[in-house]
Amino acid sequence: MMPLMTTKGLSRHFGGLRAVDNVDFALMPGEIRAVIGPNGAGKTTFVSLVCGRIEPTAGMIVFDNADITNLPAHKRVRLGIAYTFQITSIFANLSAYENVALPVQRTLTDGRSKGQVHAGVMEALERVGLADRANVPAGQLAYGHQRLLEVAMGLALKPRLLVLDEPTQGLADSEIENFIGLVREIASEATLLIIEHNMPVVMELADRITVFEAGRILAEGTPEAIRSNAAVQRAYLGGGDD
Amino acid sequence: MMEGSSPAKAYLLHVAVIALLFVLNFILPAYHHGLLARILVLATFAMGYNLLFGYVGLLSLGHAMFFAAGLYGAGLGVHHFGLSVPVAFMAALACGAVLSLVIGLLALRTSGVAFMIVTMMFAQVLALAILYFAPLTGGDQGLVLQQQERVVHLGDTVLDLTNPTARYMVALVLFSIVLLLTLAVVRSRFGRVLIAVRENEERTRMLGYDTFANKLAAVVISGVICAAAGGAYALLFGYVGANFASVQYSILPLLWVLLGGAATTLGPLIGTLFMYYIVDITSGYTSAYLLIVGIALILLVLFFPKGILGTLRQRWVRWLP
Repeated sequence: MMPLMTTKGLSRHFGGLRAVDNVDFALMPGEIRAVIGPNGAGKTTFVSLVCGRIEPTAGMIVFDNADITNLPAHKRVRLGIAYTFQITSIFANLSAYENVALPVQRTLTDGRSKGQVHAGVMEALERVGLADRANVPAGQLAYGHQRLLEVAMGLALKPRLLVLDEPTQGLADSEIENFIGLVREIASEATLLIIEHNMPVVMELADRITVFEAGRILAEGTPEAIRSNAAVQRAYLGGGDD
Repeated sequence: MMEGSSPAKAYLLHVAVIALLFVLNFILPAYHHGLLARILVLATFAMGYNLLFGYVGLLSLGHAMFFAAGLYGAGLGVHHFGLSVPVAFMAALACGAVLSLVIGLLALRTSGVAFMIVTMMFAQVLALAILYFAPLTGGDQGLVLQQQERVVHLGDTVLDLTNPTARYMVALVLFSIVLLLTLAVVRSRFGRVLIAVRENEERTRMLGYDTFANKLAAVVISGVICAAAGGAYALLFGYVGANFASVQYSILPLLWVLLGGAATTLGPLIGTLFMYYIVDITSGYTSAYLLIVGIALILLVLFFPKGILGTLRQRWVRWLP
């Protein structure tokens, strides 16, 4: 099977700091991949390179057999790479409905979906359970609901690759349980790349885990393999009590 | 605010405003009739400004250049090339389109304060160029378009733009077209993207939108509307002057829009009307009228921080577009 997305020698330096350093990475279609690593390991920089928010210093990115290294971010979104922000980045002054209408009308304009804006919006809001709050200004939603709205916006883009940057950050335990169910459901249609700090969530969701440290890939493998990897334990898991 | 929330009510309100302005043509005394015709053209200028400032959140300090592009595009066309009124108006639109496209391509490489300064500088260049090429433009004296140059021949019908009623009606037609156009734009999918750019540009980009292209389109639409107002001003009032290119005429539309309510479709009309009349009334009583104007503005900012219609919408009339 061909990978959906690969990077070759991907690097991004900020001055002398090698935030992402010569990373070779491959993501298979349909998998849930978790990216973990200590703070400052280059996880967010790496996914930002993938979705085009920042430009690489060197290396290349291939998505669906096409070189997208020099493609601007908005065109990558149209190819099906969606990104949900680490820090909730909704349109606080607009209603939840309007927030989701933007990605829906994008896919309609691109011809990647059919029908009315309204139907698409309500479908996405229903999937995350926010349909009854469609007219509430997004900034007035509870924090957990804002995270869900962020996911709904990502979903509404009909992504083939959905990048979730620390999606459970700040969620209550009860909300996390629902969230895991939602991610499983999304994974039936899209490939997922998730940056996550919450290890139980990672262990439960991920098909494979990639561990970053100091801009490089330290280890990669199934949750079991990563759990028992001595180098990972030293760098990140802190003695394997997890 | 947009789709799904009482579009009929919004359109009805706008049509009612236009109908009211139409009726005023027949009942206003001559002085106010003339003043209102002028206000309608300047409110059109303000609507063009509002599209960019209110909806996209781009604060330009150089919109006088787009008004002047239309003013001189039409005025010089009539004066030097003997263009007929409709052709001269088309020339005004063309000048506005070309200028705003070029300025947009250059100025949109910046944002925030830099955008303000860059637009202001370009407007200064145009204003100084108008003064420099005085033999062509009339310099600071400006040009006066003669009565016979301002008559429209449509088949057998003759429309004399120096006639007060004809002038008022043409101003009203221009105002109405731009008002309904603005309403249609801000309720469209394109309008939704513009508002999204204002609220959070980076997020809009990550939803697949080419924000530069959308902002450029907005600059051009805004520029063409302002040029249409400028062109109409030259043809209706017969005066083409360099003061319309000065920085004062970049600040005025900002003031009118802020007063009436940024990002409200009717705000520019309310703001222009309010400002014009407060100056008109107070200057009748005292030479220190600017003091009263200043106090009125301070009170307005205190009690209507989002402009008259903006605050009305926030507190009472939520469906206002």
